[in-house]
Amino acid sequence: MINDNNQLLYNINNLHQIYNGRTILNINHLSIYKQEILAIVGPNGAGKSTLLRILNFLEAAHNGQIYFDGESIEKTPSIHTIRKVAMMFQNPQLLNKSVRSNIEYGLKLRGKRSNELVLQETLKNVGLNQYAQNKVSSLSGGELQRVAIARTLILNTKALLLDEPTSNLDPYNTDLIEQLIRTHHKLHKSTIVLVTHNLHQARRLAHRCALLLDGNLIEISSTKDFFEKPNDKRVSEFIHGKIIY
Amino acid sequence: MPNSLTESISLILSLDKDLIDITLLTLRITLSSLTLSIIIGLPIGTLLGLSRHIPARGFIMAFLYTGMGLPPVVVGLVVFILLSRSGPMGHLEWLFSPNAMILAQTIIALPIIVGLTMASTGSTHPSLPQQVTSLGATKLQTAITILSESKYGLLAAIAATYGRIVAEVGAVLLVGGNIETKTRVLTTAIVLETRKGAFGFALGLGLILLTITFVANIILLRFGNWNNDQR
Ligand SMILES: Nc1ncnc2c1ncn2[C@@H]1O[C@H](COP(=O)(O)OP(=O)(O)OP(=O)(O)O)[C@@H](O)[C@H]1O
Ligand SMILES: [Mg+2]
Repeated sequence: MINDNNQLLYNINNLHQIYNGRTILNINHLSIYKQEILAIVGPNGAGKSTLLRILNFLEAAHNGQIYFDGESIEKTPSIHTIRKVAMMFQNPQLLNKSVRSNIEYGLKLRGKRSNELVLQETLKNVGLNQYAQNKVSSLSGGELQRVAIARTLILNTKALLLDEPTSNLDPYNTDLIEQLIRTHHKLHKSTIVLVTHNLHQARRLAHRCALLLDGNLIEISSTKDFFEKPNDKRVSEFIHGKIIY
Repeated sequence: MPNSLTESISLILSLDKDLIDITLLTLRITLSSLTLSIIIGLPIGTLLGLSRHIPARGFIMAFLYTGMGLPPVVVGLVVFILLSRSGPMGHLEWLFSPNAMILAQTIIALPIIVGLTMASTGSTHPSLPQQVTSLGATKLQTAITILSESKYGLLAAIAATYGRIVAEVGAVLLVGGNIETKTRVLTTAIVLETRKGAFGFALGLGLILLTITFVANIILLRFGNWNNDQR
């Protein structure tokens, strides 16, 4: 598997993250394929968000080798490399501007003019076309989350990291966003890493699923195997809501 | 007293030449000090505000907040010693010149602008820098975004700094010497005129001083509302 390297977007070995002497992540090996949707599940505090920050090169790992898109990642990669990845944070912080300015923000950083058509399309996709000029301070929690998704998706990055993108959404909007993720993936062939507590969502969207437990990667396998015949018994325990920690 | 008030107003309206000179010099000196403090203080304050994990942070803040209450005469005294003929900066020959006054005012202003900039940039969400980096911001773009997100706090910082500079009298009197047409500014002129018993003139100067601060704040507030949302 490690041999067909041009199939891999991320190839990670021996990854450790340590905060204040406490080991938060301890992953021997993790590969993420180009154009796959990988769901990461696991209990609170397992290290999922920490792993995403490392995948976005926002913080350096304590140690480990990370290959990304054929490049060995040093402590602080160039802005060019960082811009191949975009993440929607678990607690998105929007800028104190209009919905429209927030969605355009990442494009402006790249010196790109936003295409009016693309912008309107994006706004419509997240159901916010009526809100373009509104200040984000007046939006509801679910509306904020949809602005955050839109500002990330519009960048068309190689890798897209979504940290619980539908945690604040009602069933209708959850469905809307799941469809949006699917369409985006089909259209742009991006690699998507999705952290979610919604196992049904993982099952609906992901090609592969991974269980992270206490910083350890317990299992990573095809979605079918993960849910139907997992290798590790902790996976079925987790899926069936039996408390592990 | 009513006499002096009417006298002062008529003085302002007659655009007395002395008065205009003093006002212009005051503007020149205070705006130079403000510009210097912003150029030096804003980046330092932003850096401190964004580095949440430096160990000496608490100490730096205590130091800055103490600096905000620095007695201007003490600053004046230190600058006087530095600039005096035998002092370490004596060769500049700045004593009793506008440069000396700008130096003293900048020293008084720096803790205020650094401290308030640190407080307002530091009160943005801790993960905001990472979030904007994730959207593609360079280090400089991140800093600019954080500054723009703390815009109102920064405007308050600049207003407070200018207020302190323009109202200051102890230090500029010491290092400037209140020399007519050379280092006489509104505050030091008020001290002099009051001593002479020219209350009308002194009051007129006071009114102008207030007007300057008022206009400065109006400009700052307009600046805050302007460009509220770049589209
Ligand atoms: N900056 C930090 N300093 C110290 N500890 C941290 C820091 N960030 C995270 N942690 C700790 O690391 C562990 C993993 O955190 P992380 O946010 O990655 O978990 P998570 O799997 O995303 O959890 P959740 O499902 O609740 O979002 C937690 O115990 C957390 O307290
Ligand atoms: Mg998390």
